[in-house]
Amino acid sequence: MNMKQEDIIKPENCVYRKPSLLTDENMHYCPGCSHGVVHKLIAEIIEEMGMEDKTVGVSPVGCAVFAYNYIDIDWIQAAHGRAPSVATALKRLNPENLIFTYQGDGDLAAIGTCETIHAANRGENIAIIFINNAIYGMTGGQMAPTTLLGMKTSTTPYGRRADLNGHPLVMAPLMAQLDGTCYVTRQSVHTPAAVRKAKAAIRKAFENSMAGKGTSMVEIVSTCNSGWKLTPAQSNEWLVENMFKKYPLGDLKNE
Amino acid sequence: MESDIRLMKGNEALAHAMIRYGADGYFGYPITPQSEVLETLEAEMPWESTGMVVLQAESEVAAVNMVYAGAGAGKAVCTSSSSPGMSLMQEGISFIAAAELPALLINCMRGGPGLGTIQPSQADYFQATKGGGHGDYRLITLAPSSVQEMCDFVALGWDLAFKYRTPAMILADGTVGQMMEKVILPEPRRRRTEEELREQCPWAVTGKKNRKRNIITSLELNAPAMEVINNNLQAKYKRIEENEVRCEALNTEDCEYLIVAFGSMARICEKAMELARKQGLNVGLLRPITLWPFPAKAIEQAARKAKGILVVELSAGQMIEDVKLAVNCQVDTRHYGRMGGMIPTPDEILGVLKEMFVK
Ligand SMILES: Cc1ncc(C[n+]2csc(CCOP(=O)(O)OP(=O)(O)O)c2C)c(N)n1
Ligand code: SF4
Ligand SMILES: [Mg+2]
Repeated sequence: MNMKQEDIIKPENCVYRKPSLLTDENMHYCPGCSHGVVHKLIAEIIEEMGMEDKTVGVSPVGCAVFAYNYIDIDWIQAAHGRAPSVATALKRLNPENLIFTYQGDGDLAAIGTCETIHAANRGENIAIIFINNAIYGMTGGQMAPTTLLGMKTSTTPYGRRADLNGHPLVMAPLMAQLDGTCYVTRQSVHTPAAVRKAKAAIRKAFENSMAGKGTSMVEIVSTCNSGWKLTPAQSNEWLVENMFKKYPLGDLKNE
Repeated sequence: MESDIRLMKGNEALAHAMIRYGADGYFGYPITPQSEVLETLEAEMPWESTGMVVLQAESEVAAVNMVYAGAGAGKAVCTSSSSPGMSLMQEGISFIAAAELPALLINCMRGGPGLGTIQPSQADYFQATKGGGHGDYRLITLAPSSVQEMCDFVALGWDLAFKYRTPAMILADGTVGQMMEKVILPEPRRRRTEEELREQCPWAVTGKKNRKRNIITSLELNAPAMEVINNNLQAKYKRIEENEVRCEALNTEDCEYLIVAFGSMARICEKAMELARKQGLNVGLLRPITLWPFPAKAIEQAARKAKGILVVELSAGQMIEDVKLAVNCQVDTRHYGRMGGMIPTPDEILGVLKEMFVK
């Protein structure tokens, strides 16, 4: 099909556009990083749900600390690991709001494990978006609780060893066995098909929290190409070959 | 209307005062000697009457971050604890101050350091008035010396916190928390409506309906911009220092000996002062009510003719540093303190004063 330039830019021929809730701010994320894709999904979902006037996002300490620069909603930035406590109070004080946290693995599964588990165990009506890239991206690639055995990071320069560094912490099953959670799923954003599934999962998590069903957690098994010292394409391959073995995709709980 | 007079503990008065203030939320974790605050709130069930949220958090760390969030939503929120729990909250308090949020914090001090003791102490003076957490911030610090003041300072603390968008702390000692006294409870006020809150706190994160989005953060990586933020904070603290100093002065005009004490110690020192005056000693008492901003001018004035100042604290000597600064070390200023939960008697204090200055 040979379309002319003038036809292509006609509004009726638009097949895709930037979500209206994504701001024009330049994203600070490294090219190829999963964070940017997940941000776009969240912006699309809030817009599609018509919740832009009622949503408050909780940004973490980690590479996503500046999430508030990119999605045009109210935001509050939480201390490292405390996003679930922040979300708890926001939702309890304003139940009509849609409240979600956006947290990395260090934030959610190391310094904030206690807050994560207790918020979920209380069944707070919040959605937790968990970006598991198996590394501390922001601080320069140190070991995370989810770092795989053998994986090299700046604090495990010869690879993570169970005897020295302990085992990778697998959060999703832990969260799924809590009575307060209604939905726990693992997704990824490394292919267009995966992105579509991840979007549906995040939307379900948001809907659950508005329906008062309890806590939902969507783990996105992610890449950190800078921290992993791989190209974006190599990172996606490494993700499939290594990360998915320890963190297989799919629903762990869907009530 | 007849006033509502009750006999209760200081900690119970705090809880009743919160509900009557029209508080939106309380988040706490049990610790002696302040657990009655959460216990009283749970027993009163204000969520049924006023809609106030009460939540037992999993830790003081969680509790203070819940307060950070509630304050970020423009709500009147509070947490209370005692010394070890307060130490855990310091990062969160720094965040609340940095993000310029109004919150009420209560420390019912016990003896330390470490796990220490559940007996009363005033050894968290430095922590409350000199920062405690990281960075250049200040806490409006109110020191109640009676159950009535425990009750009244809830409203005062929140009013100041909202006026200046800054955290205020009630720094009580275990004695004031645990002792029972007569208290006149204030008239109940209703909680602010959603509309009132949006009008009073246009900066709050409540969803961006009919306005541009709000962002609550304390992060700024651009150094010149961060310096401006710091300077603005300091300017606000200066305004508070100029306008919000509170203290009580008893017999300080032309006094020969000045006692400076706060909280429950001021009550005991008042008795010591009375004993001294019966013996013909011209002793005055100055009780700082705001520990920050500190009543330095009032102390300097009260000590103009004094031969000596005795600072009495349940600590190894913390407030004495501010008293010395207040008089620019021009007056002989000594400290008497008990620690570990020990409390001095009026006779003991008078004896010390005589031995130090009169002889
Ligand atoms: C109390 C505290 N401790 C440590 C830090 C430093 N810090 C900032 S980000 C970070 C790790 C973040 O890693 P993760 O949560 O996995 O997020 P990512 O950057 O990988 O997305 C750490 C340790 C901090 N800001 N605050
Ligand atoms: S360091 Fe890693 S997680 Fe952070 S932006 Fe870069 S790729 Fe993404
Ligand atoms: Mg990470």
